[in-house]
This record gives sequence, C-alpha cells and structure tokens, in this order.
Amino acid sequence: MSEQFEPRLIGFLCRWCSYNGADLAGTSRMKYPPNMVPIKTNCSGRVDPTHIMKAFAEGADGVLIAGCHPGDCHYINGNYRTAGRFPLMKKMLEQLGLEPGRLRLEWVSAAEGDKFARVVTEFTEEVRALGPLNWNIPDEGPGHGEVYHAGDDAKAAKEAVSA
Amino acid sequence: MSDKFKFAMYWAGSCGGCEIALLEIKEKILEVDANYDVVFWPVAADFKYKDVRGYDDGYIDVCLYNGCIRNSENEEIARLLRDKSKVLVAFGACATMGGIPGLANEASAQELKDLVYRDNPSVDNPEGVYPQERYEVPEGELELPHLYDTVKTLDQCVDVDYSMPGCPPEAHQIAAVLDVVTAALKGEGELPPKGAVIGVAPKTCCDECDRVKEEKKVSGFKRLATSIPEPEKCLLEQGYICMGPATRAGCGGRCTSVGMPCRGCYGPPEGVIDQGAKMLSTLASIVDAPTPEEIAEIAATVPDPVGTFYRFGLAGSLLRRSKA
Repeated sequence: MSEQFEPRLIGFLCRWCSYNGADLAGTSRMKYPPNMVPIKTNCSGRVDPTHIMKAFAEGADGVLIAGCHPGDCHYINGNYRTAGRFPLMKKMLEQLGLEPGRLRLEWVSAAEGDKFARVVTEFTEEVRALGPLNWNIPDEGPGHGEVYHAGDDAKAAKEAVSA
Repeated sequence: MSDKFKFAMYWAGSCGGCEIALLEIKEKILEVDANYDVVFWPVAADFKYKDVRGYDDGYIDVCLYNGCIRNSENEEIARLLRDKSKVLVAFGACATMGGIPGLANEASAQELKDLVYRDNPSVDNPEGVYPQERYEVPEGELELPHLYDTVKTLDQCVDVDYSMPGCPPEAHQIAAVLDVVTAALKGEGELPPKGAVIGVAPKTCCDECDRVKEEKKVSGFKRLATSIPEPEKCLLEQGYICMGPATRAGCGGRCTSVGMPCRGCYGPPEGVIDQGAKMLSTLASIVDAPTPEEIAEIAATVPDPVGTFYRFGLAGSLLRRSKA
C-alpha cells in the first residue's frame, strides 16, 4: 500500500462565528488534520455556488461551508440564504455524479473550537475514504482539450483536416 | 466570383433553428445578398467540404458557426472554418455554451446509446443493433464521425472572435449585427473588440421584461403544467422558476411577455461566470419560510436542478459535465 491519500479541502468560514471558532481551536491547541484550506468570507450567505463549483472544478476533493447558528447571523438572515442554497446545490451536484459526502454545511459558533476541530477531522476522514475527485474532462478530438488558433500551426491543421 | 464579401454559415450539433433565425431577418436578406457571396452554407447552398478546403486561409470574411461540438466532424469543420475565416462567430446558444445538446454531458456517449438503442421502453431492437463508426461494404469501408463523450462549445475547440447567444438569436439582433459587420468590412465602421458578446443588451432579461416586480419571496414552486400564471405579476414572484435574473438581456423578454418563464437561452450576463450557479443562488435566496429546515425543504423541491439551471449552458459551465 502506497502513501495514504491526503484530500484537498476548501473551507469557506464566516468571519463572525466559524473563523473565530477555527481560531479558538488553534489557540486552544486542539489537534485536527491540516487538509483544509480556510477561506474567510463575510458571511456563509456570501458563499456563491460559483465558488463551490470553481473549487471542485479546479481540484478540491471536498468543500466545507461553515457559518453562524441560525438566529446568530451578524447580518440577521445571511445563513438562512445558505440554508436554502445548500440542499439545492447538493442535489444538483449529486445529479452530476458528486458523492454527497464531499460537500458539507456546519454551523460553528465562535465558542465552538472543539466542534470545529471535530468537523474538520470527520470531514477529512470522510473525503479520504471517498478518494480523489479528479473532476476532469476526458480528452477527445484532435485538440486534446487545447483551444486551436488559426495560423498557430497551419501545416498540422491542414494535415488534420485533409486526413 | 464577384468582389462581394464572403459569407459562410455552418451547423454542427444543433437543430437548424439558427438557420431559420437568419431568414427571420426577412427582406433584409436581400441586403445580405447585395453585400455578400455565400461561399459555404450547407442548408442553403450546394458547397462541399472540399470546396472550403480549396479556399485560401482567411478567404471567408464572416462565418456564423451554429451548433455545439458533438462529434469529430463538428470539430474538424470548426478548425477548417477557423483557418478559412477572418471573423468566426459562435452563433446561438449551442455554439456559445453547448445549448440543449449540452445536457448530454449528464451522461456518457455509451449511456446515451444504450438508452436510445436498447433501454427505452419503445425500442424494438431484438438483435441489439447499434450504430457503428466503421462498416465494411463490398465497395469499401464506410465511416461515420466519432460521437464524443463530452459536448463542447465552439470556443473550447477553436479561437472564436465573437459570441452571439440565443436559442435562436433574435432576428432584430442578427440584423443589427450584420449591419455592424458589413459597415466594418466596408471601412465605414469598427468591429467590436475581439471576444465580445454581440447581439445582446447590457443588463439582464428582467430589465427587458414588462411584468410588475415587487418583493421576491416565494413559499413554493409552481409549474406551468399545473397552474396558470397571473398576467401582470413577475413570474418568479409567483413561484415559477424564471431564469430572468441570471440571463443576459437581448431577446426583449419575449417569453415572459406571453407567460412563459425565461429558460436562460441568452446565457449569463456580463461578469457572471456560471449561469446555473447564479440562478441556483437566486432561487434559493427568495424562498421564504420561518425556519432554516423549512427553507431547505422547499428549496430542495426543484425537480431537476441541472436541467433547469443549465438548460442551455451545461457544456460551457464551470464543471462542464457530470463526473466521468
């Protein structure tokens, strides 16, 4: 058995609760896996589905969104937006063949350093078990995924079309 | 050949509606004829691929390429026309973002063949006959183009000068674009910057829609099959899934004016990378219920998120296809 697979995780953390929860986990010297890259957002409601898809398209194996508990949102109802988008996003990505375990939503308050450490640990192990995502597009056709520019290689192109 | 400008139009993976849309410019087609020689247009004129191969590079002044890249023939001709054309326009939703055929990216080519030639309840194929790419006949070997697993947009294959979305592009927009291009070719005007999306308006479909818009809050989604929309009120506010907020303007709000929710054929507006992601975000955000659990429950009732949010744009979206 070769080295164990280390998943690449992206975590979108709301700056008012979950990011501080992560800070608390750190200052409390709690141990959790280093696989997640935290990205501070103003609110979990600021996490656009575009961000999630871009993460998956560009190599993430899992995406965590963490925000304030319902009722605690600094912007009153930002996390209610998240609550609505998340299941729809999950449903859509499952339609495209994504395993449900690769996308996770958690409410983590600034006082819940222990919860943050537990969530990241669980999530890392879950995605590790799923293996690499590799959301790649099969290469087909003469260009093999490269965009063709007229004149770049006119001779090869002519051979290709006259073949 | 005369000294008129050279015009070409090609259809790849598409339905042919774009060709009809071009004829929808009506008597303006006479102006096109006065300014251009058609040098390749399989639907309307009898030119062969070998004729196009014989042209010098850059011989065609304007080429409208409609349809997605579905198979090896589509890609081969895209490359050929790229070489031979000064201005190559991705024409219509399929060429710009995959269009309806792009939904095939939810499955592999083999899955599609299995469904169409074996598994559909109406299929009667006891011998399991599938289409073959190569077939021996006494006269030699016959060859069909290779069906790709992944539908591609034109700009995922070749360098595209302009994109003109729409399913199909609206006639008044086509006429306006042809005017600009003709003027530029005559030296009386300038072409838009390379890479521009042409034949569109700057804002979103909502901007062109005449319906009354108030507060967007819905407590559930409706379908046209089971209910009739009110005539004046915003369709989205009534609970119909209308892609207007995530769709580029340019059509004049034709669908919504007759009570049909926008389906998103004009693609994402300026600055938006992924139309489906934006629409998903919009739709889930307007769900109104007292608790997060109820909101989540209502949001998850959208029956077919991929087919709804990426009806025209799956191939050109961030993820492009289902997991391989």
